[in-house]
Amino acid sequence: MDSHQVLEHIPRLRRYARALLGDRHAADDLVQDTLERAWNKFHLWRPGSDLRAWLFAIMHNVFVNQVRTKRSEIEKTMEELPEIAVRATQSDALELGDVERALRALADEQREVLLLVAVEEMTYEEVSRALAIPIGTVMSRLSRGRERMRRLIGGAAPMATLKVVK
Amino acid sequence: MSQVKEEDLQAYVDGVLDEPRRSEVEAHLAVQPEDTERVRSYRAQNVALRTLFDPVLAEPVPAPLVTRAAPRSWRVIGIAASALFAGVAIGWVAHGGFAPPPLQSGQSLARSAAIAHAVYSPEVRHPVEVGADQEDHLVKWLSKRLGTDLRAPKLSTLGYELVGGRLLSGPQGPVAHFMYQDGKGQRLTLYVSAQKGDRSDTAFRFSQEDKVSVFYWIDHNYGYALSGEMKRESLLALANAVYQQLSP
Repeated sequence: MDSHQVLEHIPRLRRYARALLGDRHAADDLVQDTLERAWNKFHLWRPGSDLRAWLFAIMHNVFVNQVRTKRSEIEKTMEELPEIAVRATQSDALELGDVERALRALADEQREVLLLVAVEEMTYEEVSRALAIPIGTVMSRLSRGRERMRRLIGGAAPMATLKVVK
Repeated sequence: MSQVKEEDLQAYVDGVLDEPRRSEVEAHLAVQPEDTERVRSYRAQNVALRTLFDPVLAEPVPAPLVTRAAPRSWRVIGIAASALFAGVAIGWVAHGGFAPPPLQSGQSLARSAAIAHAVYSPEVRHPVEVGADQEDHLVKWLSKRLGTDLRAPKLSTLGYELVGGRLLSGPQGPVAHFMYQDGKGQRLTLYVSAQKGDRSDTAFRFSQEDKVSVFYWIDHNYGYALSGEMKRESLLALANAVYQQLSP
């Protein structure tokens, strides 16, 4: 593998890690561990196969092994919170702060699938391969994640207006 | 009409449904205001998430990550490369030995062109700023910015169609960047930059920048570089056609 092939993917790995973890330093640590592991396991990569998918799959494994153990307790508590009833909103735009807070409140499994689909624009098949889960599981996590986001955002911001900060 | 399932709604949100399924979902939504509201909300989530996290793509990659992306033997070059291209946001490890000597303008041109190729050619959604459907506008705009009359060469007879182009910032000022694609999705990019104060025209030259092959030449203060991830022989015919059309 040529180095520049991996380098090309770093901005996307960083974007995903940031979205997954929220914290910039934690996210770059995750990218760094992922790259380290990619080189150690490089003999397992089949030339010609999708390098991006391979790197995201490694990042998923590193994330699950390292980060999730630390966070599982917090998330369990979050999962047990009752969902706030959704209030109707006709607005197509959402408050970014509310969206980010809702994203943090998602279970890891749901957040991963939602971000790979919505931000990384992976196909459902690609997500299924990257996370090593059946496609039916991808679809149910996506559906549940989006609905939970909607309820969290709806509860927090009944009438949202567009606030895009450049 | 077959029943619209939850996964159809999700796929509709992501814009990945084919006809006739898409029309069936739309018919379903027309009579299901609750599902319509969900779809609207999920799409707004997609937009908001991209708005939140896309800016990360434009951040310079921290040097430690660039060096981590390379095996140990590459690290020395990696550090040099990350310093050199910190402004490009995407690192690049140059092909070749340690501590490269100061580049001749032609080599610098080839390398900048190869970086631009590596950065923009994998783009699925936004490979160009202005599409080939507005070719006249594109050519006029880029000509104005570069201060010369540009043309987008025709490569149809060789199987490549213009995708469009964009304006880039190069080491010597504005750069016109045209992208072409063949039926298999293989992409070529033509990089045209003003070579200020550079009187030394160069003949047609070849450079291998890692996976990217580049043919380049400097003609009357303008540098031209055609890049593609393909063998030298395959790129040669295309480069010849571009050369003939631009520097007769």
